[in-house]
Amino acid sequence: MATIARVSLYYTQKLLYQLNRDPLVQRRFRTDLEDLLSEYELTEEERSAIRARDVGLLYVLGVNGQLLMHYAALIGLEWNEYLDAMRQGVARHGPVRAGLYAMTTEQRR
Amino acid sequence: MTAVFIGVCSHAPGITGRAARAEPEVRDEFYRHFARMREAIEAARPDALVIVAAEHFANFFMNNMPAFAMGMADHYEGPIEDESWLAIRRTRIPGNAELSRRLIRSIMNEVDLAYAEEWKFDHGIMVPLHFLTPNYDLPVIPANINCQGPPLTPLHRAWGFGEALRRACDEVPERIALVATGGISHWPCTPDSGKIHEAWDREFLRRWAQNDRDALVSYSDEETYRDGGQGGFEIRTFVAAAAAAKGGKGEVWFYAPIPIFAVGCTVGVMNLA
Repeated sequence: MATIARVSLYYTQKLLYQLNRDPLVQRRFRTDLEDLLSEYELTEEERSAIRARDVGLLYVLGVNGQLLMHYAALIGLEWNEYLDAMRQGVARHGPVRAGLYAMTTEQRR
Repeated sequence: MTAVFIGVCSHAPGITGRAARAEPEVRDEFYRHFARMREAIEAARPDALVIVAAEHFANFFMNNMPAFAMGMADHYEGPIEDESWLAIRRTRIPGNAELSRRLIRSIMNEVDLAYAEEWKFDHGIMVPLHFLTPNYDLPVIPANINCQGPPLTPLHRAWGFGEALRRACDEVPERIALVATGGISHWPCTPDSGKIHEAWDREFLRRWAQNDRDALVSYSDEETYRDGGQGGFEIRTFVAAAAAAKGGKGEVWFYAPIPIFAVGCTVGVMNLA
């Protein structure tokens, strides 16, 4: 079941938590992303996933599903696009690496 | 006075946000039961609505996660989510800090409860309010049981919280309506969204309607995760509502799996003992 997440995954989630709920952080996300990213202890893979708005990779990295769903809504992903992004993330990067939101059904290709 | 109404309902964001994509007949029947609950709450003439929620990182985060929390503000705001995605406009919701303070002080005799003088609501509270107090004219007191970030409080403590909450409601002169909101089995926010374990839900609701404490608190988190998904951890809110009924039995007014809403959609009430 639950695994203890890496420190950097914690900060990836913290960034998304603050982004999802705070209009000021949303403004910085849009206008000065690098400055915002520099405040969190992230791996290069996590930084690049956020830069690329790569919902599939963030899902595989183990970001809490609720945080990721709110983030997907924030960046304007339509519902099916959002579900597809997670499926593609698993197809591309393998199973979810941490947390509780792993895919339980067969991967459809 | 006392608790004057106790109910439970679902809160999934699809219920409002993806309304147009649901099968109209079952969706409208579900909405009718939300309306029925609103009418029952109004008929109970409450001074405030306590909503026991399972929020999703709108307010509390893993840097300081309370097992139990309660709002203590004169107003709140929500939703945090994109308004068009949730199909609910961002608004200010009235609270009652002074009433909150009295309830919290009472509950603290039994439960270590965090208080919050600031609280942003996510879909977990906004979807129920959208149906139950659509004009946002009834003071709301939010409460939260952490169902998102493990370690989670055990089910018997969720029960204890419900008991303490009821006792606190019965101590204040105001009339309190109580609504607990959560999903039963579901796998939201994954590619499996829409998967629902209907038999597991119906068995849980049978135990809930019987108000069978021992059966309700007997689920281990491992079992719940296996059979009900990570969304199943939200049964804590239903367990608290059952405890608050002090032995009263429940009635499930509506239950139907609605996959595009990602949950077995539920509306139920507890008869007040």
